[in-house]
Amino acid sequence: MLHKTSPEIGGMGHSVKRKEDLRFVQGKGTYVEDVRLPGMVYGQMVRSPYAHARIKAIRTEEARKLPGVLAVITGQDLEKAGLSWMPTLFHDKQMVLATGKVLFQSQEVAFVVAEDRYTAADAAELVEVDYEDLPVLVDPHRALDADAPILREDREEKTNHIFHWEVGDRKATESVLQSAPVKAKLDAFFPRCHPAPLETCGCVADYNSATGKLTVWETSQAPHAHRTLFALVAGLPENNIRIIAPDIGGGFGNKVPIYPGYVCAVVASLQLGRPVKWIETRSENLQSTGFARDYHMTAELAADRDGKLRGLRVKTLADHGAFNAAAQPSKFPAGLFSICTGSYDFATAFCEVDGVYTNKAPGGIAYRCSFRVTEAAYLIERAMDVLAQELKMDPVELRLKNFIPGDKFPYQSPLGWSYDSGDYHAAMNLALEKIGYRDLRKQQEDKRKNGELMGIGVSSFTEIVGAGPAHTFDIVGIKMFDSCEIRVHPTGKAIARMGTKAQGQGHETTFAQIIAQELGIPVADITVEEGDTDTAPYGLGTYASRSTPVAGAATSMASRKIRDKARKIAGHLLEVSEEDLEWEPGKFYVKGAPSKSKTIQEIAFAAYTNLPPGLEAGLEAVHYYDPPNLTFPFGTYICVVDIDKGTGEVKVRRFVAVDDCGNIINPMIVEGQIHGGLTEGLAIAFMQEIAYDENGNIQGGTFMDYLVPTAVETPNWETDKTCTPSPHHPLGAKGVGESPNVGSPAAFVNAVVDALAHLGVRHIDMPITPWKVWQILKAKGVAE
Amino acid sequence: MVTKNLVRVKVNGQDCEAEIEPRLLLAHFIRDVLGLTGTHVGCDTTNCGACTVILDGRPVKSCTVFAVQAEGREIRTIEGVANHGQLHPLQEGFKEEHGLQCGFCTPGMILSAYALLEKNPHPTEEEIRWGISGNLCRCTGYQNIVKAVQYAANKMSGEKHAA
Repeated sequence: MLHKTSPEIGGMGHSVKRKEDLRFVQGKGTYVEDVRLPGMVYGQMVRSPYAHARIKAIRTEEARKLPGVLAVITGQDLEKAGLSWMPTLFHDKQMVLATGKVLFQSQEVAFVVAEDRYTAADAAELVEVDYEDLPVLVDPHRALDADAPILREDREEKTNHIFHWEVGDRKATESVLQSAPVKAKLDAFFPRCHPAPLETCGCVADYNSATGKLTVWETSQAPHAHRTLFALVAGLPENNIRIIAPDIGGGFGNKVPIYPGYVCAVVASLQLGRPVKWIETRSENLQSTGFARDYHMTAELAADRDGKLRGLRVKTLADHGAFNAAAQPSKFPAGLFSICTGSYDFATAFCEVDGVYTNKAPGGIAYRCSFRVTEAAYLIERAMDVLAQELKMDPVELRLKNFIPGDKFPYQSPLGWSYDSGDYHAAMNLALEKIGYRDLRKQQEDKRKNGELMGIGVSSFTEIVGAGPAHTFDIVGIKMFDSCEIRVHPTGKAIARMGTKAQGQGHETTFAQIIAQELGIPVADITVEEGDTDTAPYGLGTYASRSTPVAGAATSMASRKIRDKARKIAGHLLEVSEEDLEWEPGKFYVKGAPSKSKTIQEIAFAAYTNLPPGLEAGLEAVHYYDPPNLTFPFGTYICVVDIDKGTGEVKVRRFVAVDDCGNIINPMIVEGQIHGGLTEGLAIAFMQEIAYDENGNIQGGTFMDYLVPTAVETPNWETDKTCTPSPHHPLGAKGVGESPNVGSPAAFVNAVVDALAHLGVRHIDMPITPWKVWQILKAKGVAE
Repeated sequence: MVTKNLVRVKVNGQDCEAEIEPRLLLAHFIRDVLGLTGTHVGCDTTNCGACTVILDGRPVKSCTVFAVQAEGREIRTIEGVANHGQLHPLQEGFKEEHGLQCGFCTPGMILSAYALLEKNPHPTEEEIRWGISGNLCRCTGYQNIVKAVQYAANKMSGEKHAA
């Protein structure tokens, strides 16, 4: 049981107002673009207009002649330093600046450095590149055809195939599928989309030739990992590299990888001995940095006539673009996609994924998603509706019948996961009650009689977050632990530093709340710092909803180490043995004599002024936490839509989100995360796609055509929660930031398909634009 | 040689002048010349509104105005919204109602709301949503931003009433 803390202390469960907001509401945050150093110059990328072309020549003379231009760096220049290619985060390499040929539109070809950003942009226009067109491969289904162009000449294997990965029992699943009385099959494409944080990626690289120290201010979700990679790739001593991730304007996975712009800025600073700033434009961000999804999936479900599930088979083709730049744990080529059995009790399952190269931007990053969990949740939740249609059964009834029962936790999934805890019926029942499900079904029936189109979509997702246990999880070899170091000062105030890096999640508040919970030091007295690799302990960073499950646990454990020492000091001050002391947040008191007590502040002072003999001075601790398992948040989302038969426009009338992320640190922040994730889910379901035409031209490379919902399109979200604590997390917490983005796309799509089901519609691929809907209405003869 | 123009503007009540290239965008003038980095740039197509400032009482996207066009005019940026260290009700509202997460859109969002409340002190929810529809936020889903603006509207009308 967790102690209750007062609002003044502000431990777990208090909606403490955010400490970071005072600077943000006054425009006093420090984002990378706000860093200005004496002598700083600006870098600008020259990019390829072609998706696949051989580079015949690059002429830089005119650009170099422009007054104010300091350097033009090409792939050939980088080659001499052994830096024209760099490793990706997933067993592949990527060109920093193109040599030989380009493999996607907007690929980095040259880097221009000038005294100011306008001159740099002018000079980039003056770099002339001669290209010779090559055949373009856009359709991943054609990647393995005999006549498909081989994209990666640098690889020994002359194929566009990257990997095959499978898990589960192929034979048993096949036989279940053959023998089952009811089968349902779904082909679903999860389109290529982009995290598009409002701040684009960028850096300021500052090499000091006198000290040999390289400092890089960088939009990084994982500054420590970046430091190690810079050391390994550039051969610089790691103690002479300092990465500083200052305030970050949203990340959502986009800021996990290392991008060519960072490397070029570092090279330019090394070359010029001046600080070099490189900030990409929005269009460059959408066109060249880590995309997400792009999974072509097939799910086959086997069931009995009463709807009892018997087996699941999943086959997926993954489009990785020109380089496999997926940012995910090294043993998982398809991330945690094998969570695709979802919330359901399958006896048998099999899942296989093949990855291929195409002439598209590289990536495959975990966009607000714990490594392909979004694709998995979408697929199973969509497939369940297809099966319900097949069975002519209510989709809610089908789900309730097949949920993993509460008494089966910890639950071993057929694809190898051990779900820590769950109560899926409770979340579903609360969502049904909140939205008034039965009445809505009745209303839908009435509306159909009047020719009106209304749909209800349900999604009961299970997430898998908090990567991860060291025995299985690493990124480029570095185990996925995370860390916290706490120092309590003599006056009882404290500073904590973490291996994570917030991009809007509010860590300065929530991690302070964990310390407040564990030590009783008020949140107001605790400073939380992240992102400076010279001061923070090593950690793998913030993505995949891992901060609370891993670094949050480390914070708890570091606090407990401090409390153990504080107990010794309190015993000394109160002249009793440690065993005779009781703890409540903020003080130790003598058992049976509560008036005899010492506050944590008094103890902190004594830690520097009045120590028991033999005890080291100071009150600080560091903890590196290796989670014993992942955590499995879940929830049920229900969406109600109305469709305009004249325009095909889908209006979200209501959306109820019931989430269960275990014990909550700050309910206000959790709710805010859910609002935000649902809005991103709405965008993915209805608006966004980074598509390519047959020549590999990007359709969706600016905010003019890659749409972000405004306040007008975004509905009000209705949120609620159940609470099933994680049994293995020290605070019973689970992680939540991604759940709404993982769980909501299926709810939206299920609602639209449900509205059109009586017309014979079985599936519609995202994004469900008005045009797409109108075409269906027209084909079905119901458009007005 | 690039010709430079003298531009004189009043920013947050202070007179400023500088010799600048005529093509310099107001957003870059504010950030790079005046050093007021609270005005952010989030796109290159005039969609996101992170760079919103108030020019002679009207909200404008400063990435789509040349600095020379501001000659002789008054600009308010986020740095000029608080009053001698006292947060403006909108700033307070964003903090109290959790109307921000990463903070990148926040200055532009606050200035659009500022202009809205100047014109319409008692907006409905729909009017607020339309009033900030030129500003994109990727984190909050807008729901708490709407509440933040309502908080400010209530507080400001209360203050007027009390005065």
